[in-house]
Amino acid sequence: MSASAKEIEQLIGKEYKQGFVTELEADTFPPGLDEGVIYKLWKIKNEPEFMLEYRLKAFRHWQTMKSPEWAFVKFEPIDYQAVSYYSAPKRKEDGPKSLDEIDPQILEAYKKLGIPLDEQERLAGVAVDAVFDSVSVATTFKSKLKEAGVIFCPISEALREYPELVQQYLGSVVPTGDNFFAALNSAVFTDGSFVYIPKGVRCPMELSTYFRINAANTGQFERTLIIADEGSHVSYLEGCTAPMRDENQLHAAVVELIALDNAEIKYSTVQNWYPGDKDGKGGIYNFVTKRADCRGENSKVSWTQVETGSAITWKYPSCVLTGNNSIGEFYSVALTNNYQQADTGTKMIHIGKNTRSTIISKGISAGHAQNTYRGLVKVLKGAENARNYTQCDSLLVGDKCGAHTFPYVEVKQPSAQVEHEATTSKISEDQLFFCQQRGLSAEDAVSMIVNGFCKEVFKELPMEFAVEAQALLGLSLEGSVG
Amino acid sequence: MLSIENLHVSVGDKPILKGINLQVKPGEIHAIMGPNGSGKSTLSHVLSGKSGYTVTEGKITYESKDLTEMAPEIRAREGVFLAFQYPVEIPGVSNIYLLKAALNSIRKHQGLPEVDAMDFLTLIKEKVRLLEMDEKFLYRAVNEGFSGGEKKRNEILQMAVLEPKLCILDETDSGLDIDALKVVAEGVNSIRSPDRSFVMITHYQRLLDYIKPDFVHVLAHGQIVKSGGPELALELEDKGYSWVEDKKAA
Repeated sequence: MSASAKEIEQLIGKEYKQGFVTELEADTFPPGLDEGVIYKLWKIKNEPEFMLEYRLKAFRHWQTMKSPEWAFVKFEPIDYQAVSYYSAPKRKEDGPKSLDEIDPQILEAYKKLGIPLDEQERLAGVAVDAVFDSVSVATTFKSKLKEAGVIFCPISEALREYPELVQQYLGSVVPTGDNFFAALNSAVFTDGSFVYIPKGVRCPMELSTYFRINAANTGQFERTLIIADEGSHVSYLEGCTAPMRDENQLHAAVVELIALDNAEIKYSTVQNWYPGDKDGKGGIYNFVTKRADCRGENSKVSWTQVETGSAITWKYPSCVLTGNNSIGEFYSVALTNNYQQADTGTKMIHIGKNTRSTIISKGISAGHAQNTYRGLVKVLKGAENARNYTQCDSLLVGDKCGAHTFPYVEVKQPSAQVEHEATTSKISEDQLFFCQQRGLSAEDAVSMIVNGFCKEVFKELPMEFAVEAQALLGLSLEGSVG
Repeated sequence: MLSIENLHVSVGDKPILKGINLQVKPGEIHAIMGPNGSGKSTLSHVLSGKSGYTVTEGKITYESKDLTEMAPEIRAREGVFLAFQYPVEIPGVSNIYLLKAALNSIRKHQGLPEVDAMDFLTLIKEKVRLLEMDEKFLYRAVNEGFSGGEKKRNEILQMAVLEPKLCILDETDSGLDIDALKVVAEGVNSIRSPDRSFVMITHYQRLLDYIKPDFVHVLAHGQIVKSGGPELALELEDKGYSWVEDKKAA
């Protein structure tokens, strides 16, 4: 007979395939955080003078702050003194000059993840920065990008090579004291990617960073800064995985995007951090601050995220629409299963005239998971003719999970138009039976229905990523027809 | 092709079907008629494997295999097709996508190579033409925003593409106006063949004006109370269901 609700629950949960540990010799700081640790970090990263001040300022601010409690997530308080703030694979001298010098174990780890760092093997057209625990281990296609004037390198390298550029923009979108996790990140961030696209340049390939947490009891605090100068265009992809461990691990990243006049940034994420086991043990705490400033006129930033991993996700990729006629977009699929919790959404802050924003959020909740959309649409007084369209859809699988929607709307400009649509639905037994009666297995049927539900978001993803995202949701379908 | 012997089916503790016997040979069309609540839809659900029904006695044999032991998708792949009374909507999944996935899962089961996108397109366009449908239909999400008639026509399209051996039509005529009914009936007639059988479940005789059955059975109180040729349907139309129901009681 057709699949029961219980079977459906099992179908959607797949085993975590990226849960392996790579045995490596690493330089790891002992757990604990004080000004001494920050000094050591600054020293080991060989950063310019201003960074020490920046980090200490953030740290002092962080000490006065409290962990936010307003999100619809539950977890034991984190002991920040039990976390190690730096872990890097041991390496010779100044780090690898070429791929030959990278520890073969690390290359193997990325290969296993399907991210070969060898440029010959890479998909042409995608450059990768690989961040392993606290450091960037390799960046591919650097020279080819340089010909186009594009800077794509680890942020620690950017701090040494282009300190003025970094200093000008770092913290200009997410200030050091913005929120608890952003302050912590500003104090202790270790690596991440830096991108600068010069005036009028269309970045010749997709840029991507692949984050991997390997070491135990280590927090990963990465920092990404992307600047699209006037009239430029870039598409950036981000992927993340971690080994399966019983303890929770902290990932507190900050991403800042700046789009100047007529510039466009497309930022896509497939987040697949270890979600914990089926009883809710272990998993990554993914507490991330992502914000874009559409600083220039006619600028555009588009966030697309597919969030399937992490024990807890706390993340609101946002757009500050400063420039007149600027556009912000947010497309999200968040899937939670077992005891995963996600509180995610976006903020669209309309400041400039004729600014437009679109929010499409798809939440899928299965098992005992809680899935929350939290969004703010704010139209300031000067934002004449601002427009927003929001659509939040939730899909429930089984009867023990929850879906929640918290939309906030603040409008101070009478000419603004703000629309909000929301739906909640369930995969019905009738839908499943119908698909089975046409010859599909229950598993394929669930995949197809979920895929259909997420279609509006998947079509925003770059090709290579759309495929990965669908596979992640347990879909063996191409789903591109129609 | 299909042999139902002394079939008893319950929903929970409540017996619905109480000893059905039916033999369907290749190429035959059987109409099952009956008043509301007689067990017509239960029969179609049990044949296609919907959950929630318990076979308490008797057996269903399809091509010498025990049908009750098969999962619904296996029955489908073996050639059993149910045209639903209330076809469901699947938002975001296009018709053409569902059809290709369904056809390939059936072909795989039968040891045939999967059809590629190009061949499939050729095949489906031919079927669309046969059923006089608009090609745009293929790219719309499954049944989403379809009218009643479009939904039923879509069921027939699926039937035409998947080429089943045993087609069960569950009140396919319900909710159709006369023009839509004609189109659906023509669709069914166009795929009749000597090795394809039909079990048509219907409340009204009018469908049988357009699809001529070989046999008509009347279902009442969970049993087949009368069987005959097409003339039985006309007699029923004339005298009403109370005629056979009373007969049984008497």
